[in-house]
Amino acid sequence: MGNLFIASLIDGLLIGFVYGIAAMGLSLIWGVMNVINLAHAPIMALAMFGVYLLFTSLNMNPYIALILIALIGLIGGVIIYYVAIHRVLSAPPLSTLLATYAVNMIMIGLGTATFSTTPRNVNFTLGSIGSGDLTVQGTRLVAAIVATVVTGALYFFLYRTRPGKNIRAVANNRAAAELMGIPSSRVLALSFGLGTLLAAVAGGLIATFFPFTILAGNAYQLKSFVIVVLGGLGNPIGSLLGGLILGVMEGVIPIFMPNSWVPVLEFILFVIILLVRPTGLFGAKK
Amino acid sequence: MKQLKSIGLWVSLLAVAALGIGPIANHSASLRETIYIIMQVIVLAASLNILLGFTGYVSFGHIVFFGLGGYVGLYLINAQDWPLWSAALAGGLASGLLAFLLGKAILRLRGAYFALATIGINEAVRAFTNNFDPFGGPIGMTLNFKVYNSYGGAANALWMAYYAVFAIALLAVVLNFVVKNSKFGLGLMAIREDEGAAEVMGVITPNAKTWAFVLSAILPGIVGTLFFFKNGHIEPGDAFRLDYSIEMLVIVMLGGQGSVLGPILGAAGYEGLRNYLLTSPLFKNIQLSVAGALLLVIVLFIPAGAVGWLRRRVPIFGKVLA
Amino acid sequence: MTVLLSVQGLTKQFGGLQALTQITFDLPQGQILGLIGPNGAGKTTLFNVINGVYHPEVGRIIFRDKDVTGMKSYDLAHMGMARTHQIVRPLNELTVRENVMVGACFGRENHNLGKAAGIADEVLGFVGLDSRADQMAGSLNVAQKKRLEMARALAAHPYLLLLDEVLAGLNPSEIDGMVQTVRKIREQGITIIMIEHLMKAMMNVSDRIIVLDYGEQIADGTPHEIANNPRVIEAYLGDSSLANQLLEEE
Repeated sequence: MGNLFIASLIDGLLIGFVYGIAAMGLSLIWGVMNVINLAHAPIMALAMFGVYLLFTSLNMNPYIALILIALIGLIGGVIIYYVAIHRVLSAPPLSTLLATYAVNMIMIGLGTATFSTTPRNVNFTLGSIGSGDLTVQGTRLVAAIVATVVTGALYFFLYRTRPGKNIRAVANNRAAAELMGIPSSRVLALSFGLGTLLAAVAGGLIATFFPFTILAGNAYQLKSFVIVVLGGLGNPIGSLLGGLILGVMEGVIPIFMPNSWVPVLEFILFVIILLVRPTGLFGAKK
Repeated sequence: MKQLKSIGLWVSLLAVAALGIGPIANHSASLRETIYIIMQVIVLAASLNILLGFTGYVSFGHIVFFGLGGYVGLYLINAQDWPLWSAALAGGLASGLLAFLLGKAILRLRGAYFALATIGINEAVRAFTNNFDPFGGPIGMTLNFKVYNSYGGAANALWMAYYAVFAIALLAVVLNFVVKNSKFGLGLMAIREDEGAAEVMGVITPNAKTWAFVLSAILPGIVGTLFFFKNGHIEPGDAFRLDYSIEMLVIVMLGGQGSVLGPILGAAGYEGLRNYLLTSPLFKNIQLSVAGALLLVIVLFIPAGAVGWLRRRVPIFGKVLA
Repeated sequence: MTVLLSVQGLTKQFGGLQALTQITFDLPQGQILGLIGPNGAGKTTLFNVINGVYHPEVGRIIFRDKDVTGMKSYDLAHMGMARTHQIVRPLNELTVRENVMVGACFGRENHNLGKAAGIADEVLGFVGLDSRADQMAGSLNVAQKKRLEMARALAAHPYLLLLDEVLAGLNPSEIDGMVQTVRKIREQGITIIMIEHLMKAMMNVSDRIIVLDYGEQIADGTPHEIANNPRVIEAYLGDSSLANQLLEEE
């Protein structure tokens, strides 16, 4: 029991890092421009397929592939921003929801036509560490490390570089930032791109240890919603902590009750947090 | 002005009636199935319109009321031998009750927070149903085929369900019109425009919002029972489909939110387009993408929806289209 | 004279900021009370507390002999309190008439739609917006929106009307029109508290003035007393020449 508990805890924590950066992408976009990105799911799914294709057809190492996918994610996000978001940014909130949902439909439609909905998996392993009950898959460990590095890089970018500081300024007060001469639409496009980059990296990492279909992103998008609310909408570091909490819940709860109760508890927690602490567990109290 | 407004109601009712008569005149079962879905969508979209269009609250998980109604109704028919009509009514009331219980709590949340909460509730209910044995857990419930016998056989039962959904679609349109032109509706629209200002003017916002939520939940519950009775089977994945929920938002938006005719135009337009794309050899593989691209074009360029566009283009519609 | 509103020791904080400290006054029925003070002195906050938008930490509000501290704004609206907003809040996608009907339907008298439409037309005539009744409220200009705010509040047939800078941003002739309107409202027996920056208009129209500075009530008296109060001159007016100017204008 002790070993099983620790193993589940570690598994949960490791996957939690990956959940965390997926949610961070959603949270960053929300924080900067108050948009709930409903295209989050297909971006994650397409990133999974991207890693899969590069690995199976070009024999590329999945982690090299991930770098390429991250870049495509960034560029794709910027394009999505200019095509679908920019025009409706100051329209009522429903407009941006529908715009991102339209992007979702387009991507899922094309993805389904190309890849069908049969499950795939990246046949890649890094072995495992430990022994007996206490083993950890190498791919999961590396995924957690990559996620941590990405988070660190994001923070360095947001707090130490000029474009990053611009993003924070625009998130804080777009009108004031514009008065200061910050080109807000370019900054917004970059933020959206970073958000999709994070989603793409998370998707690519998940592909290295879980099977997936083109629709697999939906479940992760829902998890991202839960995490974002746990950590506070618009608070990226909170998202990482929220991801860890969700990961641990998913790792540990099945020891005590059937696996299928996990989402019940997750979503009840989600609604309760929204009601009692809408700024998230780690956000400032109102 | 009054007469012009009620012309809008008659236009809307006629539109629904014209759609609904087709299968009855042709005795065509396949056309009936197509129109059935459109009628159902009209009911769901018009119900959502009360909350979204009149009150300004974006409910993403509204499908929870459809699914819950379906489950409650089917359970009562199957396990308790209730007749369809009372079961459907009970399904509607169960949904209304859920909305009432949730209303005061989650309607305090605004904008995206409310939208997220409704997603959470739909997913929580779906996940719970997955574990709830009386409702069959993940396998769901299959209607005992013999049930159809008491309605003159399966073929007859399907026609009956069709007549019922047709009638409820007409009812949903009337309900939209009555709410929109009532004092209650004026309070809701005041909330939509500026909730704080509405409160200062004396609108008891928590109550008004809760009743709008309840009203928008009952008919989806009833058509939920009808649909899964017709379908013969219900399971969590079919009952609480989040993407179906979002489709309803799209439809209300396409037609024009806050108008009575909007959900009808949206439902007919969206479903018509989908059927065309699904059967067209050119588009059938990428029908979702084409629909998405069209949606994007509409959101970007015609944000007021079809009714808003017509009102602006053809002045007389401005007065007539309710 | 009966006291319509009694404010007793109101204190309101936002985080560490002391927005209102120990505000106390009685307002007899039928008076016009002016509320003045520099920007950020807490005038609008005081309205929001009286009006139930915020709840005070300390103190009580008695309205028509009833303790209404902590009540919601809609409860107060039903009891006969109405207000306008400094930054106008029109219900943009409703017509001007519908905007005013909201006030009549949900305010003190709780009318049905038909009756409310009648009251709306009457009040719109009174504030001079009758020709705009069928227009969307969002299409009005600022001066018209200010009148709309006023019309909505009046349609509730309130006992107490809180006017938050209804003159700000208006040109001189619009100001004269609005001042006339305020006087006419008082003649109908409605008690008024008004916030204003325009000293001349304020001195003219108020029966009594309260001065706020940094959330504290630093003076309370007739316009003449206020203009001669050294604390007011020091804290609010800054230099005495301004005060003299005020007196001359009076």
